[in-house]
Amino acid sequence: MLKNKTYNRKKIWIIFVCCLAAILGLSARLVHLMIFKSEYYMEKAESLHERERDIKAARGKIVDSKGVVLADNKTVCTISVIHSQIKEAEKVIEVLAKELELDEETVRKRVEKFSAIERIKTNVEKSVGDKIRSYNLAGVKVDEDYKRYYPFGSLASKVIGFTGGDNQGIIGLEVMYEEYLKGKNGTILTMTDARGVELSEQGESRVEPINGNTLRLSLDSNIQKYGEQLAKKAMEAKGADGVGILVMNPQNGEIMAMVNVPEFDLNDPFTLPVGMDSSLLTNEERQDALNKMWRNGCINDTYEPGSTFKIITAAAGLESKSVSVNDRFHCPGFVIVDDRKIRCHKVGGHGAEDFIDGIKNSCNPVFVDVGLRIGPEKFYNYFKQLGLLTKTNIDLPGEAGTIMHKEENIGPVELATISFGQSFQITPIQLATTVSSIINGGTRVTPHFGVAVEDENGKIIKKFQFEEKKHIVSKETSETMKELLEKVVSEGSGKNAYIEGYRIGGKTATSQTLPRGSGRYISSFLGFAPADNPQILTLLIIHNPQGVYYGGTIAAPLVKELYENILPYLEVEKEEISEK
Amino acid sequence: MAHRAGIQKRKKRLRYIPKTKEGIRTKTKTEFFFDYTLLFAIVFLLCFGLVMLYSVSYYDASLNKGSSTWYLRKQAFASVLGLVGMMVVANIDYHFWQKFAVPAYIVSVILILLVKTKLGITANGATRWISIFGLSLQPAEVAKLGMIVFFASMICKMGGAIRTRKGIMVLLGSAVPIALLIYIVTKNLSSAIIICGIVILMLFVASPHYKYFILGGVGVLGIASAVVLVVSQGLLPEGTSFRLTRVQAWMNPEAYPTDQGFQTLQALYAIGSGGIWGKGLGESMQKLGFLPEAQNDMVFSIICEELGLFGAFSIIMLFLLIIWRFMVIANNAPDLYGALLVVGILGHIAIQVILNLAVVTNTIPNTGITLPFISYGGSSILFLLTEIGLALSVSRGIRLEK
Repeated sequence: MLKNKTYNRKKIWIIFVCCLAAILGLSARLVHLMIFKSEYYMEKAESLHERERDIKAARGKIVDSKGVVLADNKTVCTISVIHSQIKEAEKVIEVLAKELELDEETVRKRVEKFSAIERIKTNVEKSVGDKIRSYNLAGVKVDEDYKRYYPFGSLASKVIGFTGGDNQGIIGLEVMYEEYLKGKNGTILTMTDARGVELSEQGESRVEPINGNTLRLSLDSNIQKYGEQLAKKAMEAKGADGVGILVMNPQNGEIMAMVNVPEFDLNDPFTLPVGMDSSLLTNEERQDALNKMWRNGCINDTYEPGSTFKIITAAAGLESKSVSVNDRFHCPGFVIVDDRKIRCHKVGGHGAEDFIDGIKNSCNPVFVDVGLRIGPEKFYNYFKQLGLLTKTNIDLPGEAGTIMHKEENIGPVELATISFGQSFQITPIQLATTVSSIINGGTRVTPHFGVAVEDENGKIIKKFQFEEKKHIVSKETSETMKELLEKVVSEGSGKNAYIEGYRIGGKTATSQTLPRGSGRYISSFLGFAPADNPQILTLLIIHNPQGVYYGGTIAAPLVKELYENILPYLEVEKEEISEK
Repeated sequence: MAHRAGIQKRKKRLRYIPKTKEGIRTKTKTEFFFDYTLLFAIVFLLCFGLVMLYSVSYYDASLNKGSSTWYLRKQAFASVLGLVGMMVVANIDYHFWQKFAVPAYIVSVILILLVKTKLGITANGATRWISIFGLSLQPAEVAKLGMIVFFASMICKMGGAIRTRKGIMVLLGSAVPIALLIYIVTKNLSSAIIICGIVILMLFVASPHYKYFILGGVGVLGIASAVVLVVSQGLLPEGTSFRLTRVQAWMNPEAYPTDQGFQTLQALYAIGSGGIWGKGLGESMQKLGFLPEAQNDMVFSIICEELGLFGAFSIIMLFLLIIWRFMVIANNAPDLYGALLVVGILGHIAIQVILNLAVVTNTIPNTGITLPFISYGGSSILFLLTEIGLALSVSRGIRLEK
């Protein structure tokens, strides 16, 4: 038997010392990791374990000028079950089937499914959700959520717009004022295991959401409602494709109504109008159809304004002193420019007339003459000065720009056609805004809906300021224009808009849409009241009316009807008219 | 020598014994020593290990095994079996096993080879177990014990030949095949390394030389640092092997967060989030599926997360206590055979503890080494406890004089 010698013992001792050294070294490493690097690794680990869930902030309301709520939030509930937490499965199935009005089979399938969390029904009314919650069933979860709700359904649909799944604005004012409306989502922080299953015992921390602010509009829901009724009636009566009505305050650019019939239901914006079977469409066609349905014709589409544009030609003529109200003209029923024969709408001609008669009659040869007198360069400069060549900067997305000839391409023929509103295109809002500026004393206003941002208690947080440009036409020209346009209604082509006791100015228009000869027309009437101090300006456009299509015949009476109702509502006083 | 602490006083008296004649010794009233300190430390560590194993594994067990106590029950069963084995072995004179040196060697080889037969069990993509009587057994664990028994006997039989180079070569020549077999047949590099380590430590103690061992140690360190240098300087050729990317992931685990560095990184998250006081028993987040094999190689990082630096130190102190007791027993063993057995056992446990701590703290590249008595593994706990029994048996050979 071998002995355990001294050198053997010494070596055992050496081994022990080496082990001790190694273990002490590793302990030092542990100290380094667990004290000095602790924070670093803890942070990394936590970000791995934490899950953030959003608590949706309530989106701000949109109210009209009188405080009527146009866009609101509805609390809806999502009912789900957590399989592992269910204790009385039969009772859960019975209660959910009863309260959610689902058949028992469907509920049973979902309740008995092995999944972390199974959704039973979404968009459940809050009252139903509260009732389910009151049963206190283990494993049944009732989550509250906000859903955008539009109390008036289709009212001003193309103006207000709607929101998407994340409560973000998709079109209209909902997009434009997103930053004020959206608020700030809160969060719930929970811990999860590697599969992503939340650990209830670890608790949760909450950051409360900040709700969005209220947006106050200049839009008046009463005028809008009445305008929509009128437009719908006219569209049906005339078999038109659509009717647009724009009502604004020419003094400051506040828009009181913007009607584009057919409107669509804001609470159900993804359903195509009746008569269109979406199942037959490809995705792309469906999207196109939806975009068409959502399109706001008053700002997104351009058209040839026709005779309403004579207001601008007249203002430019008067302003440049190329014409005075008493100048004499002669209309033989046509005018020849270069080699082109341009017809007047009255085949026999208006004969001898002065400028006042010319505008009253909406006589094309008179305006061609005026346009030629102004000359292309000056005319183009007036367009610029009036703001016609830039966008109005209305607070709605997708405004279309003016489609105008290049200055150097304007020859006599182009000049002649521009003079009575053809061969170029502008948006209805551009026309209304430019005319507003001419009749309000010469201040170019920015058309807008947004007035102020208010907090939940109605306290004003921010008042919107919109750009104004003074003196785009002189006071005199403005005064003259108002007088001339009042005569159009009281004595001329716009007499169908005349209302006893009110001073109304206006201009009719009838334009054929491109291509010429298609038989499609746009009839319109632009009217304002009171003529001497305009408080309200209306542009009414009928797209593709069937049968009679003259603006003076079909559009002017509609504005008359509108004014008969809204002038008293707006407290515009009736007065005795001195001149006939 | 101060390190002999516990039994130093007795040792002084013990020193007289060899000087006396055999006959006189029998007449002296002697009492046999039994290392209760070691026994207590082992039982304590075992219980502690079971508590931690349950804490670490219940999530995985209830998710994948259908019962939260699945791992705990298996481990507890192996522990009880192991304790019985330990007490049996402790009460058998360790010289009894000298006869079994060659059979132990042969059985080890056969068991390893059985992995390749129908009896082999594959788990986690590696075939390392065999099925015997419905129980799974890891031959590598048997081989560790087998090698300790075999090697101690061989050295003692060899006697003076251990001093010669030839003797050392013969011994190494008998050990290397087993290590290679484990590496090649079961693809278990860490077990192969542990067996080599055990063998080298036993040789070191038995041999009077230092030179070869120091040279060998310097050589191994040199090769390791050369590899690290090559990898860290980005001098690797294209198509780098699996093990070398492991080295890269070791040096910068955050650059390989989804593959090679994943487990290491998750272990570091666990250790780091423990801090000084830990999150509390059962409060680990990383064990909830984030850290792969949490109940196996990485159990120590979850201990760090739940019990903090103090908990980790407690475990380390317990292991140090056990290693110290081994040293005391080995130093006082009645003969070289007993001393070498205990040195082998000391080597086995110390190497695994050190390498495991080094892996979880990312001090060395990731190789799958379990933490003795705590990591899940029935074969491991069974044979570790048998080894403790062997060490206790050697401790009984230490005679005390009253």
